[in-house]
Amino acid sequence: MRTLTISISFLLTLGIASARQQVVGDVSKGAAKPLIAVPDFRATGTTAPTLMAVFNSTVQNDLQSSPQIKFVPKTLYPLRVPQVPNDLAAGLAAPTNGPAPTPGFRPADWLAAPANANYLGIGYGAEDRGLFVVFGYFYTTAPNITDLQQAQVFGKVYTGSLDQSGAMDAAHHYAADILAIFGGQSLIGSKIVFVSDRTGSKEIWEMNWDGSEQHQITKYGSISTFPSASPDGRLVAFTTYATGYPAIQLFSLDTGRKLPFYNQRASMNAFVSFTPDSKQIVFSSTAAGGPAQLYLANADGSGLRRITNSGTIEVEAKINPKTGTEIVDVSGRSGLPQVYKMNMEGADVQRLSAGTGEATNPAWSPDGVHIAFAWTKGFEPGNYNIFVMDVITKETIQLTANEGRNENPTWAPDGAHIVYASKRGRQSQIWVMNADGTGKHPLTEKGSNEKPVWVNAEK
Amino acid sequence: MRRQKISLALLAALFVVLLAGCSKKVPPAPPQAPAPMPENNAPSGKPVISYFAAEPTTVTVGQPSSLRWSVTDATSVKIDNAIGEVSPNGRRGVYPTATTTYHLTATGPGGIAEADATVTVSTPPPPAPMPTAAQPTIQEIMTKQVQDLHFDYDKSDIRGEDQAILQGDASALRTVFQMDSNFIVTIEGHCDERGSAEYNLALGDRRAAATKDALITLGVPGDKLKTISYGKERPICTEALEDCYARNRRAHFSAGQ
Repeated sequence: MRTLTISISFLLTLGIASARQQVVGDVSKGAAKPLIAVPDFRATGTTAPTLMAVFNSTVQNDLQSSPQIKFVPKTLYPLRVPQVPNDLAAGLAAPTNGPAPTPGFRPADWLAAPANANYLGIGYGAEDRGLFVVFGYFYTTAPNITDLQQAQVFGKVYTGSLDQSGAMDAAHHYAADILAIFGGQSLIGSKIVFVSDRTGSKEIWEMNWDGSEQHQITKYGSISTFPSASPDGRLVAFTTYATGYPAIQLFSLDTGRKLPFYNQRASMNAFVSFTPDSKQIVFSSTAAGGPAQLYLANADGSGLRRITNSGTIEVEAKINPKTGTEIVDVSGRSGLPQVYKMNMEGADVQRLSAGTGEATNPAWSPDGVHIAFAWTKGFEPGNYNIFVMDVITKETIQLTANEGRNENPTWAPDGAHIVYASKRGRQSQIWVMNADGTGKHPLTEKGSNEKPVWVNAEK
Repeated sequence: MRRQKISLALLAALFVVLLAGCSKKVPPAPPQAPAPMPENNAPSGKPVISYFAAEPTTVTVGQPSSLRWSVTDATSVKIDNAIGEVSPNGRRGVYPTATTTYHLTATGPGGIAEADATVTVSTPPPPAPMPTAAQPTIQEIMTKQVQDLHFDYDKSDIRGEDQAILQGDASALRTVFQMDSNFIVTIEGHCDERGSAEYNLALGDRRAAATKDALITLGVPGDKLKTISYGKERPICTEALEDCYARNRRAHFSAGQ
């Protein structure tokens, strides 16, 4: 009976989202997503209780925004919440057929309706010698387990600084450990580089992927934009007018310093994409005169080789991060800008987008199977929405609609999140969503923010 | 009564003179006969030029002056400077282009009489100072005469309706480079906000390049023209209206770089 209820609710969910599931197959493969309950942790001390609230909401956000699992709403939890392993041990020790000694302490209480949780995360926190310390545990609620050791998936100690960022950091690690069990790639250490005009001019900024610790990278007081990152998480390339003409600049995230880059003599050099080994780049340049064309070069701009010779605008090259053997870009070959695919020699050119409206901003998923892109499908020029396409079948699904102008999607390293820019009103902000279009929320609010790039944790 | 006194005085004076003459013992000379009066009616003497004058005596170039004269006792009256034989009394309008002295020669049985009349032609002040004052500076040419070119959506070719503006720009820019051979003009390519910022950077580059090429074919030195694309980063208006989009799709000219 219990199992039946679960199956029905799953079927309903799947029925609604079946189209999305089909295309973003690898993201949400397997119909039965595990149901996970993590009740609020508690803490003692003067500062820790406040930080615990930050921890709890961060864990909930991370789990809710993951396509790998389904987070059970807290309103469905039993009233009594176990906090330490001993609470559960007491529950397990109680006779199963008798009345529960403390309802909520037995794993079976969580497996039962209305929570229906397959897994349970519990724990508590404290201040210890100036640090914020969290004991985090994770258990299965599978029936017929009588031993707590058997039920425990993991138990760890998480420490962070005794402030908000320390609490968020501990929470991200705890959530990442849970998601890793279900195949989720950790986002810990990954960053988002973006463009903000909050100082009065467009500069390159960096923040944690949850929107915390936003700080400025460039201070040129010019126009610095179009950032991209090397797959090893060490380099950021961008285009700046600081020297007069739009030119590429390379920046080390390790040292926080500018690196040498040989710009071609051209009216513009821009839009860098790195090869999977981070050693070469493809970019757009007008070095040969005529419309901007694609060039391959070493990461410092040397060893130039021309890729395209289309006689029309070629911009936004993106190298497949998995294979390193193909490029998608935006080209005017058929009139209005469309997304094209080609090999590293510029041959085997194939249009990916449907040819209607304008299609721009392609971005590969980490597995090199899908691209996210911005498309005006069905709308007037400039009214972009985010779409995801299976590059082989060219099937597309739409992730945003009626939420302003949405563009510049890039994928998180976990392949499960997409960060993008959404302009709802006069200013653009950075938003993040799940790769199936759910769980949208903004990461920025000051000034106008655009062109987000998800940077891998440094390897 | 008074007249009698004067007569008496004259007699007395005459008496003194006679006494003195007597003392030198020279016989008194007979009084000289007065010269005969000329006879007006008979052209027997030299012609008489009563007047020969220009009115006004000073004119500016292209303005008329009037010569007037009156001659008597002449059988022939001539004025030089291609006027020739004229009647003894007359007037003649002249249009001297430079200061001219007219020479009148009257010939009669009694001889020749001559007279001059000069018409001074004043040259107007040279026009140079006025244009110098009105001559626009390079700055003024750049802001007032050099106009933006505009483009259709996703296009970078110069529109037919903008050909006149292009010609005007070419002429103004040629003037600017003649005034200052070291002057450099930057052509900025701009786009409206609708396309992607990335594509628009390349599109703005095309617009600037197309404008430069068109100006070179109209004789503007290409080495004085630089191009830069601002894509859609520097709009001149931000309303989501076609009119605003159209104004932003432009090639703009700025000094230097």
